[in-house]
Amino acid sequence: MRRIPLIGALTGTVVALSLTACGGGDGGTAKSGAQAGALEGRGPITFVTGKDRSGYLQKQVDGWNAGHANEQVRVIELPDEPNDQRQQMIQNATTKSDAYAVLNLDVVWTAEFAANRWLVPLPKDQVGLDAMLPATVATGQYRDKLYAVPSTSDAGMLYYRKDLLDKAGVAAPPKTYAEMWAACDKVGKLPEGKGVDCFFTEVNKTESLTISAVEAIESAGGTIIGADGRPTVNTPEARKGVEFLAGAQKDGRMPKAAVTLDTEGGRRHFQSGKLLFQRQWPYQYGLAEKDDGSSKVAGKFAVAPLPGPNGPGASNLGGHNLAVSAFAKNKASALDFIKYLTGAESQKANLLATSQAPTNAALYDDPEMVKKFPYLPVLKQAIGSAKPRPVVVKYGDVTAAIQGSMYDAVQGRTPVDQALADLQGKLGPLTTQ
Amino acid sequence: MTATFSKKSPAPAPAAAGGPRESRRRGDAGGRRMAALLLSPTLLVLALVVGYPVLAGLRESLYVRGEGLDADGFVVEGDRFAGLGNYTAIFSGDRASAFWNAFGNTTFFTLTTVVLETLIGVGMALIMHQAFRGRALVRASILVPWAIPTAISGLLWRWIFQADGAANAVIRQQVLWTADGWPAKFAVVIAEVWKTSPFIGLLVLAGLQMIPREVNEAARVDGASALQRFWWITLPLVKPALLVAVLFRMMDVLRMFDLPAVLIGVNQRSVETLTMIAWFEASNLRYGSAAAYATILFGYIALIAYLFVKILGADIIGDARAATRQRKTERRKKATP
Repeated sequence: MRRIPLIGALTGTVVALSLTACGGGDGGTAKSGAQAGALEGRGPITFVTGKDRSGYLQKQVDGWNAGHANEQVRVIELPDEPNDQRQQMIQNATTKSDAYAVLNLDVVWTAEFAANRWLVPLPKDQVGLDAMLPATVATGQYRDKLYAVPSTSDAGMLYYRKDLLDKAGVAAPPKTYAEMWAACDKVGKLPEGKGVDCFFTEVNKTESLTISAVEAIESAGGTIIGADGRPTVNTPEARKGVEFLAGAQKDGRMPKAAVTLDTEGGRRHFQSGKLLFQRQWPYQYGLAEKDDGSSKVAGKFAVAPLPGPNGPGASNLGGHNLAVSAFAKNKASALDFIKYLTGAESQKANLLATSQAPTNAALYDDPEMVKKFPYLPVLKQAIGSAKPRPVVVKYGDVTAAIQGSMYDAVQGRTPVDQALADLQGKLGPLTTQ
Repeated sequence: MTATFSKKSPAPAPAAAGGPRESRRRGDAGGRRMAALLLSPTLLVLALVVGYPVLAGLRESLYVRGEGLDADGFVVEGDRFAGLGNYTAIFSGDRASAFWNAFGNTTFFTLTTVVLETLIGVGMALIMHQAFRGRALVRASILVPWAIPTAISGLLWRWIFQADGAANAVIRQQVLWTADGWPAKFAVVIAEVWKTSPFIGLLVLAGLQMIPREVNEAARVDGASALQRFWWITLPLVKPALLVAVLFRMMDVLRMFDLPAVLIGVNQRSVETLTMIAWFEASNLRYGSAAAYATILFGYIALIAYLFVKILGADIIGDARAATRQRKTERRKKATP
C-alpha cells in the first residue's frame, strides 16, 4: 500500500521531465554578447527554415552551393507550425549551439530574438535594403539596428466577388466600411445574393485575430503599442477599430460561424461562393482561380486594398526575414548567403516558383510578373500602407492578451470599452522597459 | 528428482520443507545485500532519468530569469533566486483566475471522461467477451480509436466539429463547437471518450478472461439472473483490472494536453488545462514559472492517485505480490511430493 503513490509520482514526473527537458541546459549566466562587427569566418553553414512546401528552396540552395565549394549550405527543415520553429530556434540559441547559422524568422520574432542577443546586428549598407519595400525593412529592425533582412512579405487584401458587384451596379470596390455595407445590401437584393455572407476577416482565437485587430485599429488611425513602446488601446481610435469588428459580427455582416473559421476555413467559404468580401492573404488568389472544380469563384473575383472607416484601410504585414545566429561560426558566409537569397534574381525566381510575395520593390512593377500574378499592384499598395504588428520582446504574451480581450469583444461577451480597458491594463506590465 | 534437487542446491530445500523462520531470517541480511546490488543499475538509471529531472524541475521553479530590459533594449541576463515567488505569483491577481480556471477544466475533464469511459469501456469489454459470429471483427473495430494517434484523432474531430461539419449535420443545429465556450468542453469530452474507452475495454477484457467459467455457471445453476451475476460475480472479480485501468486513465487525463490543443487550440479559456498553462509559460521563456505549474500539477496527480488507492483499495502492487506468493507456494506444493 505504501508504495502506490510512487506510481502517481512517476507519472507526474513525466510532466516535470518534459518541461525540464526544454528548460534544462541554459543555466549559463554571462552570454558572450556577440556584437556588431563580428561577421567573420567562412566555411560551411546551415539554413534553418520552416517546412518548405514548394520544394523549390533546395534548388535555390543548390545554385549557391555550385558556386561556393568551401561555403556549402545545408538546409535544416523545422516543423510546419511557426510556434514549433520558434521553440527549436530558441532551444538552439539557449544552448549556444553553432548548429544553426542562417535563421528564417517570422516578422514578429525579430524583437524577441534581438533583445535576447540571439542575433548579430547586420550592416545596413551592405544588404541592398534600398531595393526593398520600406515597410518590410522595418520588420527586421529592433531599436534602429538591423537584425534581419526581409526575404518574403505578405499583406492582407480585400477579395471581392466582381461578378456580383457588377450585377448589383456597384462600379468600384469599396474604399470605406460604409461603402462595403451598402454594396452588401445591394447584392443581398439580387436573386444570386441569397445566402451570401457579406464580409469575413479572421476572428478565431489565434494569431489571426491579432492581425484582424491590428488592421481594424490601425485603419481607424489607432495603434496597439505606441512609438514609445507603451500600450495605446485606451484611445478613441482603438475603440472605433474594435467596434467595427464587434459590430460586423453582431449585425450579421460576418457569418455567425466566423469565430470558428481559420485561414483555410475562410478560403473554403469564399471558394464555395458564399462570401462577397473577404480579407485574405495573397496565397488564396492562385488557389481560388483554379478551374479544376475546387473553386466555384474562379474568374469571378478580384482584389483591392482593404477598406477603412473613412478611406483606405491599413493592412498588416506578414512574411519572413533572414537573420544570422549569434552563435554561428561562419558569419561572413552566412551574410553572403542572405544577400544571395534576398537578391533581386533569387526573389524573382522564388516568386515564379512559389508565388510567395517578394520584398524587392521592382518586381511588383515588372510587366512579366504582373501578367502572371495580377494581384501584385494591389499587394504592393497594401504592403506600402501596411503596419507591423506590435514590436515587443514579449510578443507571445502580448498576442495572447490581445486575442483574449478581442475575442470577448467580438463575441459580445464584454463591451468594447471594457475589453480595451482590460487589455490596456494587461499590456502595461508586459511592455515595461 | 528430489535427491538431485537437494544435492544441487541445499538452500531452497528448507524453505520448500515448510519454511522454518530461523533459516530465512539468517539468510536475510546477505540476500538483501545481494538484492540491493542486483537492483542498483536499475536504481541508478531511475535516479538519472526520473530523480534528477524532478529535482532540477523543483530547483528551476525557484528561479526567475530574463525579467527586464536594459537601456539598449537587451534582456537582462542571469538567474535570480525567487524563493517561492513563482508559486505565489500563480495564486495572485489575473493569473489566479487563469489557474483556477485551468484547474477546474482539468478536474472537469478527469471526472466526466473517466466516468463515461469506464461505463462504455466495461460495456465494450462485455461485448468483446461474448462468443458470437464476427467477434474478431467487432474486437478489432472497437480497438481502432485507441490505435489512432491523439493528434490525428484531434484533427479528425476538428473536422467533424467544424461549423459545417458532420456533427452539426447530424444534430441539425448550428453549434459552434470549436469556438471558445461550453460546446468546446463537450467536444473535447466526446473526442477523448471516443479515443480512450477501448483502453478500458481492453484491460477489462483481459480481466474478464481471467474469471473461471465455473463460477459463473455455478451462479447460473443457483438461479442468479444475468444482472445479479454481473453485479456479484463478474464485477468483483474484474475489479482489480478495472481499478488499474481507471487509475491509468485518471493520471492520463490529468495531464491532458494534445487533444484540446489540436481540437480547439491553445489559449482557449474553456479548454485550457494545467499542462497547457505550463506549456504556455515555457514557450514564453518563463521556465521557472512553467516548472512551478508542473510541480503543482505533479502534487495534484500524486494526491488524486493516493486518494484513489486509499479509498478504493486498488492495491496494485500488493495484488501482484500476493499472486506471485500464491503461485510460488503452489509450485512448491507440486514439487515436494
